[in-house]
Amino acid sequence: MNRYPLWKYVTVVLALLFGLVYTLPNFFGESPAVQVSSAKATLKIDDKTRERVALALQTGGITDSGIFLDSNGVKVRLPTTDAQLQAKDLLERQFNPDPADPQYVVALNLLSSSPRWLTSLHALPMYLGLDLRGGVHFLLQVDMRGALTKRLDAISGDLRSLLRDKAVRHAGITREGEHIVIRFRDGETRNKARVVLEDNQSDLLLADQGEGDDLKLIATLKPEAIKRIQEFAIKQNTTTLHNRINELGVAEPVIAQQGADRIVVQLPGVQDTAKAKDILGRTATLEIRMVDDTPGALEAAQAGQTPFGSELYVERGALPLLVKKQVVLTGDRLTDAQPGFDNQTHEPAVHLTLDSAGARIFKDVTRDNVGKRMAIVLVEKGKGEVITAPVIRAEIGGGRVQISGRMSTMEANDTALLLRAGSLAAPMEIIEERTIGPSLGAENIRKGFLSTMWGFAAIAVFMIAYYVLFGLVSVIALASNLLFLVALLSLLQATLTLPGIAAIALALGMAIDANVLINERIREELRNGSTPQAAIHTGYERAFGTILDSNITTLIAGIALLIFGSGPVRGFAVVHCLGILTSLFSAVVVSRALINLIYGRRRKVKSLAIGQVWKPAGAGSATAR
Amino acid sequence: MEFFRIRRDIPFMRHALTFNVISLLTFLLAVFFLFSRGLHLSVEFTGGTLIELNYPQAANLEKVRDALGTAGYTDLSVQNFGSSQDVLIRLPLKAEQNTAKIGEAVMQALAVEAPGATLRRVEFVGPQVGKELAENGALALLLVVIGIVVYLAFRFEWRFSVSAIIANLHDVVIILGFFAFFQWEFSLSVLAAVLAVLGYSVNESVVVFDRVRETFKKARGLTTPQVLDHAITSTISRTIITHASTQMMVLSMLLFGGETLYYFALALTIGICFGIYSSVLVASPLVMWLGVSREQFVKPKRQIEGANADGAVV
Repeated sequence: MNRYPLWKYVTVVLALLFGLVYTLPNFFGESPAVQVSSAKATLKIDDKTRERVALALQTGGITDSGIFLDSNGVKVRLPTTDAQLQAKDLLERQFNPDPADPQYVVALNLLSSSPRWLTSLHALPMYLGLDLRGGVHFLLQVDMRGALTKRLDAISGDLRSLLRDKAVRHAGITREGEHIVIRFRDGETRNKARVVLEDNQSDLLLADQGEGDDLKLIATLKPEAIKRIQEFAIKQNTTTLHNRINELGVAEPVIAQQGADRIVVQLPGVQDTAKAKDILGRTATLEIRMVDDTPGALEAAQAGQTPFGSELYVERGALPLLVKKQVVLTGDRLTDAQPGFDNQTHEPAVHLTLDSAGARIFKDVTRDNVGKRMAIVLVEKGKGEVITAPVIRAEIGGGRVQISGRMSTMEANDTALLLRAGSLAAPMEIIEERTIGPSLGAENIRKGFLSTMWGFAAIAVFMIAYYVLFGLVSVIALASNLLFLVALLSLLQATLTLPGIAAIALALGMAIDANVLINERIREELRNGSTPQAAIHTGYERAFGTILDSNITTLIAGIALLIFGSGPVRGFAVVHCLGILTSLFSAVVVSRALINLIYGRRRKVKSLAIGQVWKPAGAGSATAR
Repeated sequence: MEFFRIRRDIPFMRHALTFNVISLLTFLLAVFFLFSRGLHLSVEFTGGTLIELNYPQAANLEKVRDALGTAGYTDLSVQNFGSSQDVLIRLPLKAEQNTAKIGEAVMQALAVEAPGATLRRVEFVGPQVGKELAENGALALLLVVIGIVVYLAFRFEWRFSVSAIIANLHDVVIILGFFAFFQWEFSLSVLAAVLAVLGYSVNESVVVFDRVRETFKKARGLTTPQVLDHAITSTISRTIITHASTQMMVLSMLLFGGETLYYFALALTIGICFGIYSSVLVASPLVMWLGVSREQFVKPKRQIEGANADGAVV
């Protein structure tokens, strides 16, 4: 009765083999590497790039120990960290001759040193969290209210030109909180305006308000439009962050949306946190507005009497400037900005490319305002700064805009970079930050490893002393549980954190419960006078129901943690849940397979090596009364 | 080896009232401390900044405090973290603070009075995150409670699920009571430990209840207290050995895991000790008082409609 069919043994052997293969990469450690990846969406990394890297290293006299191409880019493995730094400098010079306009990201990285056949099986070492490898973690909150008010400001601008085009006379358009209020003097005009708006602005909900000659039309955004704007805002911000982080040269940055309005940024291995924060913290948005050059208005503003609808700014170079509040264009209409030179004057210039809607607006505005100045305003944390305020020389169509005049090459580069990277759809702020030094990470790994090892050793000694052969089998089952768990974590590439290591330790401490249950049950059967074979059979069978129940309750707790946990709790929960699942298999199936292998084939088993089974005098039990 | 040589069932139920009174007193004490002292919540919940520094020699905490005080930081706490060389600085949340630069700002402030430190870790948590974490923690607890009650009610009987959850929530409150009394730091990992304990010590009750059910089905003529006594007695060796094994692992974490895992392991230790007590000596009497009986497990043979006298159906 204690025999397993062949397929069960095969399953166990296959599972162990799987565990072994996928655990293996964790033992090889990592070797220094340099990674070359593309900094631009248009630039593809292919075999040619790999050849270029190889050639560059050859001419530079640096010997590598392997060059690979994968989805992240070209990776060069190097024998020492010295060679790694040399290679990075060399490749940086080769691939980014102009540091102001990097085409490639050249970053230091660590590559698993496991043999290639393992890597081709997707057997990779566990993915270590920031608390184990060191680095920076940011959680950024996107200001959705800010995104909406910005959009509403833009819409009120659109409404103004729309009503003017259609010759509908209104008495003012203002944004009040999350509404746009349009005033009218008579009902007829209002009705006309309503028809125009309904035809052209499908995102708005319109409502009448006011009476007499103070009639209003209140426009609010439709819920689906709000949702679309918010989704767009977070997507745009994520892209912008990607671009900015590329400048940092981080090998494996994680930039991901979390929830509806948050972005997680993780930069493993980054130690220069000041620079990272500086680049991320540039929560700038870009706006193009018209300069208010009504005679006398500037003087009045400087005296403290800013005209309605305008704001006083200081242009770079300390010249005061009066800028209208109405936004002509925002940064999200901008698709590219490159530094360059004016074709005729050969002055440094910035070339902008606008999307089609932006190009149309820009054409209209420039046609109406030839000879006037427009201001490019960079808004950082609610404060605006005029980057430049060029004069419009002619109507500009086609969406290709050139800003020139009074600029050095350096300024042109800076402006282009700011325009390109600075176009966030909505402001963001850092709401959570963790910086972990690399030495602390290594120490955390050591501590986690030591706790698991000593705990395991203590349990092993105790189990073998108490249950002898059955104890040994339990310990082997426990070891296989550890093997499965590490293999699964490596295979899933789930992030391992220090709480995750604690969860591994705890999973082992809890998993032994199943084997204790089984062993105690077998002893009890023996005590009640069962034959050894029957005791094994009933012991496993009876214990299984209990094991299942108790593991499911633990799993419920684990799943709740997984759903509601974030950060360290999540890392704990993932391992906790996986650990429960693997322990079910190892404690029941693997240990039974071993016991069956030992006892199942024998015809006559006189006793089981399960330690001393004490029987009360006059055997029998309470149930036999 | 055999530690447990029990000749007769131990009459646990005779002392049920005593155990429950002790439990109730500990519980009330824990609640009292929770309210009077409150939990010492970590930066993760309250929001604020945490900075860990490492000095090559033993750190002079007074100087660190002075340096930060002169730099204009208020309400801060400076303490050793694990060893005399490691220093942990906690700064409260301020409205007008450049959070992005705080790590460097602190290092600059320290450069004059207490130089030589290396920055090991900076954690900044904004106010909205902390509030959310507390809410999510409460939701997780609720989900665990509901999940376990439903599962046990489905697998066993409502009486079992209610007593198990009462007994184990009482463990959770007692752990929290300990944290409040000693003002140990209650962090996210402690919360994870608390929830893990909840799942784990329900195990205990499940193992005992499993036996109760089995005994009810197998043995006739035993009174309910006798059944419970028998179930507890026959599982007591497993209970203690299992917990001892788990505790070995936790102890190892307590000793080798460093400061970060210390409170996590501590919460587990308390949870494991009280888990044994409550699930055995509190949950079982509750089941008894809720009126569990043999009839709830031995289902009478169902009469199938249209069956003849022999019960056969075609």
